[in-house]
Amino acid sequence: MALSIEDIKKVAHLARIEVSESDAVATLTKLTGILSLIEQMQAVDTTGIEPMSHSQDLSQRLRDDIVTKTNLRDEFQKNAPLLGNGSTEQAVAGGLYLVPKVIE
Amino acid sequence: MEWEVVIGLETHTQLKTNTKIFSGASIKYGAEPNTQACEVSIALPGVLPVLNKEAMQCAIKFGLAINAHIAPRSVFARKNYFYPDLPKGYQISQFELPVVGKGAVTIQVPAVGKNAAYEKVVNITRAHLEEDAGKSVHGAVEGMSGIDLNRAGTPLLEIVTEPDMRSAAEAVAYAKKLHELVQWIGICDGNMQEGSFRCDVNVSVRPKGSEKLGTRREIKNLNSFKFMTQAIEYETRWQIETLEDGGTIQQATVLFNPDTGETRAMRSKEEANDYRYFPDPDLLPLVISEADKDAVRAQMPELPEAMKARFEAQYALSSYDANALTTSRDLANYFVATVEAGADAKQSANWVMGTLAAKLNAEDTSISDSPINAQQLAQLLKRISDNTISNNAAKQVFEALWNVEGSVDDIIAAKGLKQESDSGAIEAIVDEVLAANAAMVEEFKAGKEKAFNALVGQAMKASKGKANPTQVNDILKKKLS
Amino acid sequence: MINSSLKQLGEMLQAKKISSVELTQTFLDRIQQYNPNINAYIALDEGKTLAQAKAADARIAAGNVAPLTGIPIAQKDIFCAKGWQTTCGSKMLANFIAPYDAHIITQFDAAGAVNLGKTNMDEFAMGSSNETSYFGGVKNPWSFDRVPGGSSGGSAAAVAARLCAAATGTDTGGSIRQPASLCGFTGLKPTYGAVSRFGMIAFASSLDQAGPMAKSAEDCALMMNVMAGFDERDSTSLNREKEDYTRDLYNSNQAKPLQGLKVGLPKEYFSEGLDANVGNVIEAAIAEYKNLGAEIVDISLPNTGLSIPVYYVLAPAEASSNLSRYDGVRYGHRAAEYTDLMDMYNKSRAEGFGAEVKRRILIGTYVLSAGYYDAYYLKAQQIRRLIAQDFVEAFKKCDVIMGPAAPSTAFKAGEKVDDPVAMYLQDIYTISTNLAGLPGMSIPAGFAQSDDGVSLPVGLQIIGNYFDEARMLNVAHQYQQVTDWHTRMPAGLE
Repeated sequence: MALSIEDIKKVAHLARIEVSESDAVATLTKLTGILSLIEQMQAVDTTGIEPMSHSQDLSQRLRDDIVTKTNLRDEFQKNAPLLGNGSTEQAVAGGLYLVPKVIE
Repeated sequence: MEWEVVIGLETHTQLKTNTKIFSGASIKYGAEPNTQACEVSIALPGVLPVLNKEAMQCAIKFGLAINAHIAPRSVFARKNYFYPDLPKGYQISQFELPVVGKGAVTIQVPAVGKNAAYEKVVNITRAHLEEDAGKSVHGAVEGMSGIDLNRAGTPLLEIVTEPDMRSAAEAVAYAKKLHELVQWIGICDGNMQEGSFRCDVNVSVRPKGSEKLGTRREIKNLNSFKFMTQAIEYETRWQIETLEDGGTIQQATVLFNPDTGETRAMRSKEEANDYRYFPDPDLLPLVISEADKDAVRAQMPELPEAMKARFEAQYALSSYDANALTTSRDLANYFVATVEAGADAKQSANWVMGTLAAKLNAEDTSISDSPINAQQLAQLLKRISDNTISNNAAKQVFEALWNVEGSVDDIIAAKGLKQESDSGAIEAIVDEVLAANAAMVEEFKAGKEKAFNALVGQAMKASKGKANPTQVNDILKKKLS
Repeated sequence: MINSSLKQLGEMLQAKKISSVELTQTFLDRIQQYNPNINAYIALDEGKTLAQAKAADARIAAGNVAPLTGIPIAQKDIFCAKGWQTTCGSKMLANFIAPYDAHIITQFDAAGAVNLGKTNMDEFAMGSSNETSYFGGVKNPWSFDRVPGGSSGGSAAAVAARLCAAATGTDTGGSIRQPASLCGFTGLKPTYGAVSRFGMIAFASSLDQAGPMAKSAEDCALMMNVMAGFDERDSTSLNREKEDYTRDLYNSNQAKPLQGLKVGLPKEYFSEGLDANVGNVIEAAIAEYKNLGAEIVDISLPNTGLSIPVYYVLAPAEASSNLSRYDGVRYGHRAAEYTDLMDMYNKSRAEGFGAEVKRRILIGTYVLSAGYYDAYYLKAQQIRRLIAQDFVEAFKKCDVIMGPAAPSTAFKAGEKVDDPVAMYLQDIYTISTNLAGLPGMSIPAGFAQSDDGVSLPVGLQIIGNYFDEARMLNVAHQYQQVTDWHTRMPAGLE
């Protein structure tokens, strides 16, 4: 499955990573190399083989429904990024994390 | 051309747990922003999810309630998309292997205009566990959105139907039934204002008789039955008009605006809608054994269908009454408690669904908050049955009980509502009335039946309303014959 | 002292021949002297470190000691440690101060160990040379123009250069064992689920596993006693009884202490791609094992070659999702200039991640995207099972598997950095154990000449069956009783 510049752009958009035109070309070369490595898999007949997501065949453990967490908002928000666009304030206000306007 | 609307629902039911689905943070409503957003809720680097046992039990309860297949092994998957209220950049949900499989819900569609009421079975495709996202708050800071992650990670059971509904009335009847059911089995508080029960409605139209489904549009996040009706009706009209005007329907997600009563397409969250689902490697398969199911089954309340059948058999209630009494567990429990406190079943049913329901409705309160408890109502009904008070007096006692003025008997005594049942005393009153109203007696004897009722009225008036009306009737008849 | 084993250091501390403060200061001084050149540490905090050392001394004075009390340990910067800068080698987290402790940090604290600092690593553990770190490459203490391996390159250099008593690492595809091989020390990747991943920044969740990096098998066993154990905060943590990983270590006077041990040699680990000089060292180590009484069995792991393609589907797929949380909203890098939400995401992530991380996110996103899932992701999961089954068959014939840990000795910085595929082949012998979830270790087995005539360490890999760490540690320990490779130290760092 040959990769195109369009594929790179589409995937970069899905992954929310800005890629310039020149980056896209360089990325295409590298990813094509990696994909050709991956293509070796296609030679294997895997009919009827159960996919393996975890290395051990165990089941999910359950947690009791008890509140164990306390409010650490102020501690956590010390790590909030700077607002940017000229502001040196942290991107929080009134306990909320601030982002550019969300339009639905 | 005649058109047919095809409707399917996806309902996000917030589960009634103490904590989030994958962390020990509280899910209590209304907390200050981000004060219930623990390190898992805000997706700090290195944190991991562990499943809340109660969330699994809620899913089992629902599966049992709709007679569904409960998967012995279900898998959590990641739904990947970027949105500021989705802190991990993926939602943990279930995709290929949901916890609850196919089931069914029977709905009662009420009569509308000339169309009679009818029953219908709505098939449930699946129900799966997933986590809720946070909230975006607008307007706190100019030009920005504020993100509150208190709700992020709240346990949801998403219940998906087949496209089985054919009108807004059916869709709403289903939503109401589901709303009652999830509260009945105790997995959801049903609070629609707080978003505990949110419906996404898929609507498409097709020429009547066609087998092929039309292109659907999904109306997101309806949180009232009124809006649901309006939204579906608007959307249906819009789709039909669009098609009749030669247009086509594009698959889309739309929002309902209650102010305009219209729907409009949303800006897509992920244009390509490529969610890249894959099994969450941080979570192992959820295994549910027969023993797990038995343990939940043992805690299950009697389900509405079973209770309805029992009411018909045990209390000789009509199907209509039994159905009405089992629309909510609180209502049914109240009725049973009234009967168990010694009141007559039919009379209890009439009062619970009549006077009490009307009062609750007028006062905009719920039966669980009723100031009159079942024992008090039963006492009141007993005083009607044993002829202590008349039906009219009972209404006065009911009002006084509602205002917490005392016990039934105290109120009767205080208000002097005890009716006169001494036949000697009633005879004396009747004699006085006959003597004072000779003209009416003449009229009656001349064949005017109405004069009899006037005489009863005079006797009741003379007794200040306290005479037992049945006795007044009997005595008057005897004297006039 | 810097060459002492953890057991010896513990005895010295408990006998009060030395204080934890003195021991810690010795390492801090060495770090001050050598780290500017080697670049093994990203974050140091003498105040915090010495406070812990003082507390350890108080504990020792009170007689409340555990085997690692007072011993300075270097922590890979992938572990959240409360109050410490925790970067995972990325610009994305360059300013992130962890507000909570990873499970293993809590365990080391409870044991009274001293956190010496946070070690350098490939960005988000993606790399085999430590060259993808935002904080710069790490020098191999044996040859400064060479890489230490990766991704746990900082911990590797710190152990090799004696800039710590021992260190922690993580291994997703060989990130403990390959650097252990390239830097000449002992490293263990435990059975998946043996050590909690809570607080360990995720790369590929179904493969990531933390483990010890130390001078000897005995040291690794003592580290495992602290690190391993059930943690209810990690759904994949194995709920097993706490075990003593030193239990099988013994000093045998017998001539053949490993009599009866069956060692499987997979033919695929000795074929093309293996540097001939490295191969010779491994052969010699196998011969030594024969002397110790081991019986050599030829085995096959036929799907070994597929482990790299499978890994480079599964690991990037999981990583692409695991790294979505770095969006510049709640913590981490946010672009300085952006126009709207989409632009903020795109720029923050483009700026915050380095080239290799972005490549893997893109590959991972691609293999999961609509239309490709079955051909790539599902297929890789199916072959993963075949690879795991190879081991099941192999362990019917042998007790442990041996072979090289890496195909070559340490390579020069810059040599493979522009050729991802060549870099990925570094992990050909280590990746399949991660896919199967099996424990594996690398122990020093000698030295091989590089093309330009430099003598560089070679690691022997030992792969065990699930939960067989204690036996593997003894298998390594017996070898270390009769060889001194693990005691060698790079010249010029005394």
